[in-house]
Amino acid sequence: MITARNLTKSYGNVTAVHGVSFSVERGEIFGFLGPNGAGKTTTMKMIQCVSPRSGGTLSVFDLDPDEYPAEIKRRIGVVPQETNLDPDFTCEGNLLTYARYFDIPADSAQKRVDELLAFVQLEEKRNVAIEKLSGGMKRRLILARALINDPELLILDEPTIGLDPQARHLVWERLKMLQAQGSTIVLTTHYLDEAARLCDRLVIMDYGKILIEGVPADMVRHHAGEEIVEVERSDDVLAYLKDMGIQFEIAADTVLVSTSDAPALASTLLERCRPKKMLTRPATLEDVFLKLTGRGLRD
Amino acid sequence: MTVTGFFSVPRITSRAWHVWRRNLDVFVKTWQVNFFPPFVEAFLYLIAIGVGIGTYVKEIDGIPYVNYIAPAILAIAVMNSAFFECTYGSYVRMYYQKAFDAMIATPLSIEDVIAGELLWGATKSVMYVVIMLCVLSLFGVMAFPTSLLIIPVAFLGGLLFAALAMCFTSITPSIDALNYPSFLFITPMSLFAGTFFPLALLPPAFGYVALTIFPLTHLVAVFRMFSLSAISWTIGLHFIWMGAVTIILVIAAINLMKRRLIV
Repeated sequence: MITARNLTKSYGNVTAVHGVSFSVERGEIFGFLGPNGAGKTTTMKMIQCVSPRSGGTLSVFDLDPDEYPAEIKRRIGVVPQETNLDPDFTCEGNLLTYARYFDIPADSAQKRVDELLAFVQLEEKRNVAIEKLSGGMKRRLILARALINDPELLILDEPTIGLDPQARHLVWERLKMLQAQGSTIVLTTHYLDEAARLCDRLVIMDYGKILIEGVPADMVRHHAGEEIVEVERSDDVLAYLKDMGIQFEIAADTVLVSTSDAPALASTLLERCRPKKMLTRPATLEDVFLKLTGRGLRD
Repeated sequence: MTVTGFFSVPRITSRAWHVWRRNLDVFVKTWQVNFFPPFVEAFLYLIAIGVGIGTYVKEIDGIPYVNYIAPAILAIAVMNSAFFECTYGSYVRMYYQKAFDAMIATPLSIEDVIAGELLWGATKSVMYVVIMLCVLSLFGVMAFPTSLLIIPVAFLGGLLFAALAMCFTSITPSIDALNYPSFLFITPMSLFAGTFFPLALLPPAFGYVALTIFPLTHLVAVFRMFSLSAISWTIGLHFIWMGAVTIILVIAAINLMKRRLIV
């Protein structure tokens, strides 16, 4: 579906994407994770043919975005990070106008619009102006707009940003439905639970490079272990862990220890150091992410 | 972008009309608001300047003053409607509404989008001129049928000013900075392009400058020949000037916008 080899994008002397290689297979949900400025959105923009690459090779549907942008764009749907609905039209008007950009005839566009408004549960808002919609409704309408051309490939840049839990679950459910119907989905997100739940495969990017690629569960097992013990930071705890030669990580006033036997470690720590707060939990993608990209703020 | 890059011929497809249609749909939705200004403007200009000043001026070169300025009112309307549509209007769609970003995520290319915007600017000029022409003809200051030729030429003039506007839009750092071309170029042009008095009244050097850099000078001259039904061979020169400048500006506007938006 998508193949990138050594894909590079530079603006002047800033290199936003630095020789990344990946491939997305038909029918999968593929995620791009990474801190702000990692190069995720830039990579998306190259795939959707709106930003020409500076180097490397890229093919989408076996076509080169530099040569066949209209042919590629006809077959993809895009949910941008920024809400760019047309404020001069209603919900229905937005979808009908967008359908025209894809050369969809008026009568089939109307049918498609009716289906899509139902799909994102906005039938009652059909004739409502964009400014009257809540943030969640706008994101749902953008999802509907991205589906207007029945795309083979759906590209979503932070699809659930700013949504309440109900709306996020609706979007997740819809994306899974689309995958079941055969769509290929590429998304970026900052919500790691979302990535773990949705993505069949993902990459974690930082500073324009891909750090790791794989299946979320494998990544967690490989890079963060099975379980995590979080214990309140104290001199006793640090001294004990150092004495035992156990690897740990410090995040503010908490010490995190990756282990394959959390109950044993927890009970030892409890006995030896008497911490006021301690918990054990399964390792998550967030542990992998923070381990690989660090805890420093980016912007 | 190299110098030749500004003038490389862009690839435009018929999908540009989808952008034109989008703008038309919005215009039609609020048609009452949109048809009002040209209607009123024609009345105001004709009464204030034509009848008001005309009482004292009587005639210019043997032509009644009202008849003399009527084609200028139309030419200024062509200029203003296309110029303001493709500066403030296009800038709002591009920068605040992110409409161009949404459009280029579809099979539309940036070239199609900008071409659609320019076609729309020119169309708006034509609509304004048609409305104002109706008002002016009620006052009996337009000669027919030659005045009807003003309508197709309004499209050419509109395209010229739309492209000029889009060039400014492509380089402006903010919406406020668009005031500079509006007040330093468009406003002086509406006064000193042979609109309300002949260029011959000004020092000859200025007359040449106006003919060289003020597109409105040529549009007014052509409109005046049509509205007075006094067509001379020099009309060909005006058309050649406007045609050549329109082609250059359309190509430059599209390439400049591409440079701004495609990074």
